Order: sequence, then C-alpha cells, then structure tokens
Amino acid sequence: MTSATPPLIEARAVTKRFEKRLDLAAKAARLLGADLEDEIVHAVDAVDLQVFPGEVVGLVGESGCGKSTIGRMIAGILPPSDGEIAFDGKAMTAMSGQEKRAAALAVQMIFQDPFASLNPRMRVEEIIGEAPLVHGYVDRAGLAAYVDEIMLKVGLDPALKRRYPHQFSGGQRQRIGIARALAVKPRFLVCDEAIAALDVSIQAQVINLFMDLREEFDLTYLFISHDLSVVEHISDRIVIMYLGRVVESAPTEALFAAPKHPYTQALLAEAPRLDQRSRDFLPIKGEIPSPLHPPSGCHFHPRCPHAMEKCSAVRPMLRPQGDRWQAACHLLD
Amino acid sequence: MTAAGTSYAGPTLEVEDLQTHFFTKAGAVKAVNGVSFTVAPGEVIGLVGESGSGKTVTGLSIMGLVDEPGRIVGGAIRFKGENLVGASEDRWQKLRGDRIAMIFQDPMMTLNPVLRIDTQMVEAIHAHRQVDKATARAEARDALGLVGIPAPEERLKTYPHQLSGGMRQRVAIAIALLNKPDLIVADEPTTALDVTIQAQIIYEAQQLCRRFGTALIWITHDLAVVAGLADHIAVMYAGRVVEAGTIDDVIDRPRHPYTVGLLGSVPSANKRGQRLNQIPGMAPNLLRLPPGCAFKDRCPRGDDLCLTEPTLQSQPNGRAFRCHHPHEPEGAA
Ligand SMILES: Nc1ncnc2c1ncn2[C@@H]1O[C@H](COP(=O)(O)OP(=O)(O)OP(=O)(O)O)[C@@H](O)[C@H]1O
Ligand SMILES: Nc1ncnc2c1ncn2[C@@H]1O[C@H](COP(=O)(O)OP(=O)(O)O)[C@@H](O)[C@H]1O
Ligand code: SF4
Ligand code: SF4
Ligand SMILES: [Mg+2]
Ligand SMILES: [Mg+2]
Repeated sequence: MTSATPPLIEARAVTKRFEKRLDLAAKAARLLGADLEDEIVHAVDAVDLQVFPGEVVGLVGESGCGKSTIGRMIAGILPPSDGEIAFDGKAMTAMSGQEKRAAALAVQMIFQDPFASLNPRMRVEEIIGEAPLVHGYVDRAGLAAYVDEIMLKVGLDPALKRRYPHQFSGGQRQRIGIARALAVKPRFLVCDEAIAALDVSIQAQVINLFMDLREEFDLTYLFISHDLSVVEHISDRIVIMYLGRVVESAPTEALFAAPKHPYTQALLAEAPRLDQRSRDFLPIKGEIPSPLHPPSGCHFHPRCPHAMEKCSAVRPMLRPQGDRWQAACHLLD
Repeated sequence: MTAAGTSYAGPTLEVEDLQTHFFTKAGAVKAVNGVSFTVAPGEVIGLVGESGSGKTVTGLSIMGLVDEPGRIVGGAIRFKGENLVGASEDRWQKLRGDRIAMIFQDPMMTLNPVLRIDTQMVEAIHAHRQVDKATARAEARDALGLVGIPAPEERLKTYPHQLSGGMRQRVAIAIALLNKPDLIVADEPTTALDVTIQAQIIYEAQQLCRRFGTALIWITHDLAVVAGLADHIAVMYAGRVVEAGTIDDVIDRPRHPYTVGLLGSVPSANKRGQRLNQIPGMAPNLLRLPPGCAFKDRCPRGDDLCLTEPTLQSQPNGRAFRCHHPHEPEGAA
C-alpha cells in the first residue's frame, strides 16, 4: 500500500458524544441547589483513522477507550456527533441513497458475542440467507446452494443448516456470524473482539479462518481487540487508543520493536508473553480514568512516567513520526 | 509476618487424584476426574485449561465449597498434612478465610454490596480472631495498603459500588490476606481486567508470596500470564491434569499432545501472519466422555491403545503427564 492509494475507509476528525441527560427529579434537585449536571461522555474525540485496501489494521486499547464506538461508526450503524466517515474516498453524508446502501453492504461488522447477535428463533439457513435474498445477490432458486457454499467456506457442515443458533458451540456460532457477514459480499469487515469469548484452541481456528478469507475474498479488516498478541499476529498496522483518542499508529513490526508513545510502551511491556518467565512485574501506576472526567491536556499524564508541566495543560496532537507512523506526545514534538 | 504456623515442614497442599462429580438428572458430570498437584510454601502454581475443563470446581473442592448436586467422590486434599476430604463443616469454617482463602473472578462473590469496606474487613477478622475493633480496623487499613490501594484510610469508608473493577478486586484480595492464610486459591482474578490493571494485581500477588510465604494457586486460561508468574503449572483437560511440571519444562518441553497443541495455537508462538497451528474439533461433553483418553478425537497421535485410559506417569520435580504416546522430552515437535 503506497500512500498514493486512497483509503478504503476513512474516519475524518470523528467525534462521538453520549449524553446522559438528567431526569426530571434530578433537574428539580438542581433547582434546589444540588450540584448536578448533564453528563457527557466523549467516547471518541476527534479521531482520524485510515484503512487502505487489503490492509488489516488492529485497533487496541483498554476497556472503555472507544474502540467499539469507532467500529460502529465506521460500520455505519452509529452516526458520528462530529466529523465524517468516507468510504472509497466519498463522505457518507455526500452519498446518494443508492450509494449509501451499497456502502452499508460493503462494510460488515462481526461482534464479540455471537449468541447475542444471532436471532435465536431463526434457522441458520435463514440467518445466512436473509440479507443476500433481500438485496438480490441470489434468487430463491439459487438460495439453498448459495447458503451451502458459504457455510462450507467458514467451515460449517451444511447438513446443520436447519438448526437454531443455540444448538451450536461458541466457535460454531462465531462462524455463523461470519457467514452471515460474508453472504453480502463485503469488502471491509469490522471485527469487534470477534474471538474474545472463545477458548484458546477455538480462537486459533477462527483466526485462521479470518486469514484464509482475507486471501480468498480480498478483504480489508479493522480488527478490534484488547489482546495484543492476537493483534500482533494478524495486523499489518496497529492503532493504539487511550480514552477516546488515538495516541499512536504504526506498522506492526516497527511498533513492537520500538514503540514511541509512553502509553504504548507501557502496554507492550505489561502484556504477558509466553517467553517471559518468572518476570518481575513493574506495572505503571494508577487507574484508567473515567471517560466522564478525563484528565486535562494529555489524558495519560496522571499515569505517565515522563509527564512534564505542559502535559496537563496542552493536548498533544497526532503528528507524523516517520514512515506511516504517527504519535501524539509532547516528548516527540 | 510469616504464615501462622506450626513446625510442619512439608508442602502446603497436596491434591491427589481428586474426583468431584455432579449428579444431575442427565447423569453424572465428572467435572474433576483425576487432579493431582502439590504446592509448597511461597510457591505459585498455575492451573490452566480451557473453559469447562474443571479448574473452578477444583478450586471450590479445595475450599470445601462444592454444593449439591456436587460431591467429592474420590482422592485426597491434604492441607499441611491433614486430609480435608470428609472433614466436618465446622473444620472447614475454621480454615476458610483464615488458613485458606479464595479470590474469585467476580470480586462481588466476596464483597457485600450493602456494607462499607471497613465493616466487611473487620467482620472477616473477627470471624477468626478476637482483637479489639481499633486493631482490626488498623489491620484492614494495612491490608489495603499492601495490595496497592492509594489512600486506604478513605477507601475503608466506601461501599463496593464506589470502586472500579480493579479496585474491587484489590479489596477482595486484601480480605483474603487479612488473616495471613497459608494458601490462596485465585480463580481467574484478572481475566475481567485490563492489561495495565492485571499487571498491577499480579505484581501485588507476586510480592505477597515472596514476603509471607503464602502458597498460591492461580487459575487461568491464559498461558502467558502463568508463564510470567508461576513456578509450576498443571494443565487440565476434561477434568484431569494431563500434564504438570515446572514452567520451563512444560512450556519449552511439553510431553502431552494437548499441551503441544495449546502452546502451538498461541499467536506469539507462530510466525506473524501465518496460519496458527490449530487443534481440530472441540472439547468433549463431560456427560458423554469417550472411552479411554478424552483427547483422542482431537489428537494427531491417537491410536487403538488410546481407547484405554492412560495413567499419570510421575517423574521427579513434579513432572507428570498422562499419555500413551508422549512427545520426546528434548523438545516439542
Ligand atoms: N453445579 C453444577 N452442576 C452441574 N455441572 C456443573 C456444576 N458446576 C460445574 N459443572 C460442570 O463442571 C465442569 C467444570 O466446570 P468448571 O466451572 O470447573 O470449569 P472451568 O474450567 O472453570 O470453566 P470456565 O473457564 O468456563 O469457568 C463443566 O462441564 C461444568 O458444566
Ligand atoms: N450508548 C451509550 N451510552 C452512553 N455511553 C456509552 C454508550 N456507548 C458507549 N458509551 C461509553 O463510551 C465509552 C467508549 O465505549 P466503547 O467504545 O464501547 O469502549 P470499548 O473500547 O470497550 O469498546 C465508554 O465510556 C462507554 O461507557
Ligand atoms: S504528552 Fe506528556 S503525559 Fe502524555 S504521554 Fe507524552 S510525555 Fe506522557
Ligand atoms: S493417550 Fe493417545 S489420544 Fe490421548 S493424548 Fe496421548 S496419544 Fe493422544
Ligand atoms: Mg467494546
Ligand atoms: Mg471457571
């Protein structure tokens, strides 16, 4: 991927705020002097993110940092509060109705909990076959063969297609979710903790499946995970978030060899690894702050071993740090 | 401080061929069906296995907390030489929370949501020792400090819901420590936590074993965590310990095909971007275990000999495995 190729999908200064408004009782209490305000979570705060055709980008960060929210905005199932999402170089907001529908099908999302995202009252053949039939990828006559073919592709026995989701194991249910997404011939998959709920040996099976499908269908992925070793294995490039912001983004090998941002450094140092024995854990201090009241300036400053005066006052911007490398830290300015 | 004690010089805990079954309407679930391991003072053993392999039931058995329809039907649990299988409930209550303590994945299993932290901690001390309230409170405060809780005096006055997940888990660990137990059983205590918080908690656990000689059983599905923390490891599959030994022996020179498969499926053991070495199939239903070795359907080495149950072959230094065709000791295939 050269920088001349336009991104397949792009988030441009995308922000998402969730507002928790006070109910009537709380408003009344405030009139009487109680110290209450509407609460606003900046789940995603002016994030730029690009994924180029054929790339696998890993999105990493601790819980609540905004990974799923970005994923849902990119998948078009959650509108941004500010900024825009562009597909194939065109902003979604500038698209015609037909273009929008095409983009919506081209970007599919796969979730952590395959059970919650599958309709328990539908048979597997209906779950997989519904969307391609509605959108005209296949007609009624060809549907059965189409469903069989996709089930085989994801390693499911088509003989099981009249069963319901609860009759499958966790790993098989995840395959059903993947089959459903593939059935509309997507170009881009957002995988949100898609293997987190699976056992190690089943995780390996599903990771292999994702890699095989990438080859076969020329897919591009945004792979969201809190598991660094999984992301390291399958991603070409990694984006690290902290409290709603991207703090670093770089090609995988370079990032693991020499992370530049202090938070990335801490995260990589603390992720347990098989080859590190009887290690002395020397963790970074402090808790992950509440996204309701993020620290001023650089969100990481209360926990950062290198924090300077400037860090609590000024937000560091995401700046280029070399080839396909960006980081947001005053040390690097 | 030392683990309260006697002149007993043997291992803190010896579990020998433990069998705990659940007698359900559908039949006997052999959740634990042949578990053996030993933990010495100050030592950490990692009990690893995939979901449903019997880790939690092993932990509950050691705590005397197995409820109907479950029952220990065989084997021995020797705590400082005393076999606790068949011990009276009186005896268990004396030991539990005093000499033996458990930490759960969900700290709310330990914490009472409607009581202040100090109230709960003082109660936990008074259940086993007669000290005045001020002393008990001071001990509680010190225990919170020990597990890295900042401003422990203020935290004492809070309720569990006012704390983050990581803080709650620390409080649960502090409660487990209050009476300086000889043995702690920790069941996936960091699984729900983020990497940086997990590292903090593992750090505290490590310090405690070193300082007080507490023996620790760390239950997890994460091999990488065990590699960094434990001295010994026991690998479970379908209710049995299939392989045990020092961390280096088991991870660098696995003998059992399941261990070999499990290690091979960990992403960091594979070359970046390549297919993982996956174990085919999935874990067997404990209600309908196949005859002989439970791993046979998934095992590349399985043959007719494996239709008979392999026995546990024990070697010096806690090395043991249960397989008819083990891998050579020089290294994994
Ligand atoms: N109360 C119960 N009644 C019947 N079966 C039970 C009961 N508790 C546990 N089991 C069964 O015992 C087996 C082992 O359970 P256990 O909870 O120890 O597994 P585990 O390895 O800790 O799994 P996980 O990682 O999912 O927590 C499982 O098959 C489980 O369904
Ligand atoms: N529908 C919602 N209403 C209020 N807050 C939300 C909502 N969805 C997400 N959030 C908040 O946004 C932040 C980021 O959430 P999310 O993107 O789900 O994090 P994660 O990285 O764990 O996937 C969190 O603080 C979360 O609580
Ligand atoms: S900007 Fe300052 S506080 Fe933030 S990561 Fe860089 S040095 Fe640390
Ligand atoms: S006993 Fe046989 S089936 Fe079981 S692990 Fe060993 S070789 Fe495989
Ligand atoms: Mg999420
Ligand atoms: Mg468990």
